[in-house]
Formats: sequence, C-alpha cells, structure tokens
Amino acid sequence: MSIRERLSGNEAIATAMRQIDPDVFAMFPITPSTEIPQYFAGYVAEGKVNTEFICVESEHSSLSACLGAEAAGCRAVTATSSAGLSFMNEVLYVAASSRLPVVLAVACRALTGPININHDYSDSMAERDSGFIQLYAENNQEAYDNYLCAHRIAEHPSVRLPLMVCEDGFITSHAIENILIEDDDTVKRFVGQYHPENYLLKKKNPLAVGPYGISSYYMEARVAQAEAMKNAKQVILDVAADFEKTFGRHYGLFEAYRMEDAELAVVLMGSSAGTAKAAVDELRDAGVRAGLVKLRVFRPFPGPELAETLRSCKAVAVLDKSEGFSACGGPLFAETAGALINCETRPKIIDIVYGLGGRDFTVKAAKSVYERLKHIAETGETGDVYSHMGVRTNAI
Amino acid sequence: MKYGNMTEIRWHGRGGQGAKTASQLLADAAFMAGMYVQSFPEYGPERSGAPITAYNRISDERCSVHSNIYEPDYVAVVDETLLKSVDVTSGLKEEGAVIINSEKAPEELKELLKGYRGRVCTIDARAVSMECLGAYFPNTPMLAAVVRVSGCVDEDRFLKDMEESYRHKFARKPQVVEGNLKCLRLSMDRVRG
Repeated sequence: MSIRERLSGNEAIATAMRQIDPDVFAMFPITPSTEIPQYFAGYVAEGKVNTEFICVESEHSSLSACLGAEAAGCRAVTATSSAGLSFMNEVLYVAASSRLPVVLAVACRALTGPININHDYSDSMAERDSGFIQLYAENNQEAYDNYLCAHRIAEHPSVRLPLMVCEDGFITSHAIENILIEDDDTVKRFVGQYHPENYLLKKKNPLAVGPYGISSYYMEARVAQAEAMKNAKQVILDVAADFEKTFGRHYGLFEAYRMEDAELAVVLMGSSAGTAKAAVDELRDAGVRAGLVKLRVFRPFPGPELAETLRSCKAVAVLDKSEGFSACGGPLFAETAGALINCETRPKIIDIVYGLGGRDFTVKAAKSVYERLKHIAETGETGDVYSHMGVRTNAI
Repeated sequence: MKYGNMTEIRWHGRGGQGAKTASQLLADAAFMAGMYVQSFPEYGPERSGAPITAYNRISDERCSVHSNIYEPDYVAVVDETLLKSVDVTSGLKEEGAVIINSEKAPEELKELLKGYRGRVCTIDARAVSMECLGAYFPNTPMLAAVVRVSGCVDEDRFLKDMEESYRHKFARKPQVVEGNLKCLRLSMDRVRG
C-alpha cells in the first residue's frame, strides 16, 4: 500500500535505498548529495538495514569500493554531485566496461568554475560517454520511482551496466514535496534479490575482472558494451511496465506532454519540465498548439522514439542545462538534432542554453521560448540556432 | 496561477537562524492538514549569517512549477536586521502581508519597507519563545504567526496536528510539548498589525 509522505528528493532516494537494503554503500560527502548518505547512516545506526556502510576518503575511492563489492557479487550503491562525479570519472568507465551494475545517485550540480553549489547538468552531461545508463527526474516522486527501477535495469542479464539516478541539485534534492512511498515488502519484492551469474569469488567459475584488453580483444569488448546499452532501452520499458502494474505510476523513455497535435515543442529534462508544463497549459488555454517532451532516459538516448514524436512539429526548442562548449549547441541539442536528421519531414530546431549554476527558470521564461518558436513556425527563420537565455547583458 | 487556492510564501533569514526549518515546519503543518506543499531553500554562499531565502507553495492540487517565488502572497522575516539590506517586500502582493520578527510595533518598521502599502505585522518571537520555552527558538512563534496572518492552514487543525507531531517528536521529553503548544497559541494572540 502507498504511504502519503512529504520528503525531499534526497530523503526519498535514501528511503528507496533503505527499502532495497543494498549489500554495500561506500560514501564520501559533497553538496547537495550529502544528505543521502547522511540519512542512510541513520538507518545503519538504527539497525534498519544490513548494509556494509563504508566511509572512504574520496569519490574516486567510493566508486572503487563499489566496484570491488560488485565484482565480488554484491549490490553496491553510492551518491555524489559535481566535482565528486568528475573525480569518479576514471572509475565510471571501469565500472561500465567491467559490466558492474553499481547504482549511483547524482544530485546534479554545476561544475567549477566559478565555483558554484547550485543546479545544472554540467556534471552528469560530462559523463554521458562513460557507459552509465542515465535516468532523470522532474521531482521527488520521480527520483524515488526511478531509484526503485534502477537496480532491476542495471542488473538485468542483457544489460549489466551501471546506472545514474539523477535528480536536480537543491531544486529536487532539497525541496520537500508530497510523495507516495511504497511499503517495504512490496518494494523488496519488486526490486528482488541480486544473484549475478558470475562473480569474482564464485568457487566453481572464478573470474578475472578488469584485465588488459589487447587490440585484438578491446574492440569486441566495447561493441558488447554498446550492445548492452542498446538492450537497456527495452529493459527500461519492461521494468516500467511492471512498475506501473505494481505501483500504478506510468513511465516511459520520455514523457510527451500535450504533444498529440503540437506544432511548437520544447525538449528538456528535470524540474524545468514541471515549470514548462504550466506554460504549456496556459498556451493551450489560449489556443496555441504547444507541447513538451521531458527526457527521462538520456542514456541510452531514445533517438528514433524522440524523432517520431517531434517530426510533425513545426518548430522545436531544445533546452540545454549544460554548456558543452562545442560553440554550436549543448549535448541534448546535438543528440536531438541527430535523431531527426534522417526524417523526411522535420521541424526547425534551435538550442537554448539556460539555467546554468542555478539561474532560475520561470513560467514566464518558458512562455518566451514558445513565443520564439511561434515566430520561427510563422516565418521559417530560426534566427540564432544556438543561444543563451536569462543572461544579464550588462554583466558581460 | 491556476493551482487551486495556492498560497505562496517567501521567508527571509540568515544562515543558521532556521528560515529553511521554519518553511519546512509550515509545509509539515499544511501537509498534515491534507494539502499539497513545497518547501525549498535558495542558497547563496554557504556561510553562517549570510542572508538566505526559503519558499513555500501550499495548495489543494500538486504544483509542478519549480521556480523561485517572485510575487509572494506573504513574506516572513525571521531577522529584522535584514530590513536594512534586503528588499523583503519585493513583489509582495498588496493584499498580502509581511510578518516580521520584532519587538517593535508595525508602524515603526513601515519606513524600512520601501513604500509597501499592504499589511505589516510584527511578532516578538524572542519574548514569546523565552516566556514559553526559556530559550530563543524563533521558528515556532514565527510559524504560528504566519499561520494566523495568512490563514493558509485551518488554525484548529493546525494546533491539533502540531500537538500530535510534538508528542511524537518529543516522545522522550514530554515536558517540552506543553511549552511548544503554549508558544504557538501565545504567538497567534500576540501578532500585531
């Protein structure tokens, strides 16, 4: 039975971890993810979990400890943000290529510099090529629900890849909102136990983990990893279907909000999608055919599905909450545009970089994006394909 | 805003004084009364004593907007020294109110409020807290004052839920429950303006 609660995103994720009771939690604190291990330490102290809770000296070590545990056949978790995720960089690739399904909670925060504690996706986007699956959440409920799905997706035999459950730093991690928490027994049954087929300490079939890959093997290993990422898409959908059957909430690869007959669409991620929904509702009331697509899954990137949803629009704006410094648009734009490239009909498409380092995104700002899209749809002129929103011009 | 009966509140305080906690307590009270709530802080540099802002949205329906609040219905100021450095009534609706933790009368503070023409209220949270709890905890009196002035939570329901919450929270220190409840009631009665 669902329990009505009010929790921050961090406490919601910590609650999911408590219910799942992983074998190992290796922790190193960093704002704004620190509360996750902080709450979890409380559960350890109260005897509510059987987890081996390891306090290590850095994020490089926390993920390394998780790797060791996973290689030994355990279910291992950790949490981080910003520079902490960057410091894990080397080990992220090792986890993914060793096919160790660690689940990592990320409270997404800007990277330095200037040094900043607030939200954007520069940390998680910088790791988009690491081989981790990435799930994103609009609010505390989605962060919790994504976490409940995470281990099943990551550990699935056709996937066996590590996974990041991303929430928006402060905006979601520290905001208290209503949430439905599922009861412990149902969660445990839904997530299930982890029994990997092979692991380091299996007596009958001992393994080497992380050996050198000479040129005649390396590429095969990488392609196998790429196949696993492709497989993840169907597993994510299967787990979502079972999630809906069990808990009643529906999830896909992305949420298409009022997209049925939309002419003007915005593609974005996370909490901003909730704010933009209010703008879509207002515009719909005024007769504008506006819609939005909120990506839940960024890795694997749902290219064909996204193209199918967007191809009949007249104008699309991609909202990137990380710069990327490509000098021609952010990562979400590059991938969305790439997904549409072979469609016979496709919309005009622009990129707007916004919300960096916690710069607020309002309903009014969302409406201004649709204003621009309306102009593009009417004139066929995109203007600047790549631009920034909400910048104080007098400050530069 | 189209979300049913939404009240938007902005809290001003200094890091370490508990403006964020006060906004969480209000969210708790509204949640217990069956409403949809948001409580979230806005941090600048993380240091004790720096001005911080916290926010509440309270409504009959879930609100999907996650921006800061620029046109609040009510503003609560936990530290009156902020009036000199922060434009606390910025965007505040004139049919709303500002509630300031101060021993002064509302008229004495009006000149610091940059021409705000709506209702100005004060509560001497220090006096109430010292009288009821024997120590200075501004959050409890501020919470009660905001509930009284804004009417965003039914008062009887509020007091009943808070009593239950205190009995649970202070299960090992039942002697402090009465003091906290007295603090809430006294604060509601002592709000001026």
